[in-house]
Amino acid sequence: MAIVGASLAGTRAAEALRRDGYDGAITIIGDEPHQPYDRPPLSKQLLAGEWEPGRVALSDDESLRELQADWRLGRRAVGLDAAARTVALDDGREVSAEGILIATGARCRELPTSGLDGIHTLRGLDDCLAIRAELDSSPQRVAVVGAGFIGAEVAATARERGLEVTVIEALPVPLGRILGAEMGAVCAEVHRDHGVDLRLGVGVDGFEGHGRVERVNLSDGSSVEADVVVVGIGVIPNTEWLEGSGLELDNGVVCDETCLAAPGIVAAGDVARWPNPLFGEIMRVEHWDNAIAQGQHAARRLVSADSEAQPYAPVPWFWSDQYDRKIQLAGRVRPDDDVRIIAGSTQERRFAALYGRAGRLVGVLGFNRPRHVMKYRNLIEQGAGFEDAVKIAEQE
Amino acid sequence: MGYRVVVDYYLCESNAICMQVAPDVFEVRDDDFLYLLTETPGDDARGRVNEAVQRCPKQAISVAEE
Repeated sequence: MAIVGASLAGTRAAEALRRDGYDGAITIIGDEPHQPYDRPPLSKQLLAGEWEPGRVALSDDESLRELQADWRLGRRAVGLDAAARTVALDDGREVSAEGILIATGARCRELPTSGLDGIHTLRGLDDCLAIRAELDSSPQRVAVVGAGFIGAEVAATARERGLEVTVIEALPVPLGRILGAEMGAVCAEVHRDHGVDLRLGVGVDGFEGHGRVERVNLSDGSSVEADVVVVGIGVIPNTEWLEGSGLELDNGVVCDETCLAAPGIVAAGDVARWPNPLFGEIMRVEHWDNAIAQGQHAARRLVSADSEAQPYAPVPWFWSDQYDRKIQLAGRVRPDDDVRIIAGSTQERRFAALYGRAGRLVGVLGFNRPRHVMKYRNLIEQGAGFEDAVKIAEQE
Repeated sequence: MGYRVVVDYYLCESNAICMQVAPDVFEVRDDDFLYLLTETPGDDARGRVNEAVQRCPKQAISVAEE
């Protein structure tokens, strides 16, 4: 088996193969030189300086050795022949395999930096350490472009380090396109509670400075002074290396319900797009938890007969730690869903809210309410009705 | 030969994934704290406990062989 991508999905996939008794050869290809590591701490503990890089390893050395895999780290896959099941590497070599698992993830969208220093994106360990070094040098003001989850976590970490932070968001409400206006407004308040200068509804026209960034020019004609900028405006799935491979590419590697992209080829994690039968929707999910579950599912798909293949039908879930709040969202929500608060209140920033669409429970959002999120995640999985779920909450 | 479930409560942030994977072993209550319903869930639960170990975002759960 060949696994392309040595991060969370790829590593957990390899472990699943071994756990299920696969004893053939496994080659794991990763374009970063590092052993597999965990990304969530990169915007939190590691960036804060609370942890050192050694703590983000995904598995200890012994567990990695037990995989008995042929690791090709620091090597980029540059091509795939789907019919021949051969992966071409950037050193000119090829890896042929019976089964190939694609887990090449995604990379950050970027803004033109005009060649200025001090402008970063955050995806990998090296990005994190570069931003951490900048924060260590006591900048005057940090600007974060994008108030999504990564931007929000970076802003929270920088504020907790005592730095002045401006967050610039093009939408009128942070996360408005995901959580809806009402819940997005709560996220905005959490930032303001912690002294962030929040600029909403404005885009970035460009950056200015002499060698190093000094200011961010905004679309409304105003500007923000900043000597460190972190841009968090979303990611792009890494599929360029698959062009001409014979696989269907459309905002990710297009798979069937079972994560199969072509005979003997599966995809998992941020790069995979598949129809989730639970929601009747084609989705690509960029969450940590999905990388594990889909990595495992896709690995099992590779070694199972077509007739035994199971659909992959999860309720997507993620968490985001910002300041002292743990925000969790389970399900598949849209801005125009019905939203009902079932526990706590938005004023105290500790609550759970249910999302309903066409009579069905489709999501649950929690601010410091993990028990509720998991309980209603189960109900989403069972296909519960929205009003039924609200009634269950009333009886609690 | 059994095993014991160990939670590092210093690391645990009550994400409650473990409760979803193995509700007979882990419970996050209204106070937002994780409670172990049993430290020795037995062989039947071993697969689910292993899954909870892997799925914990904080790597706060481990298994001690006894």
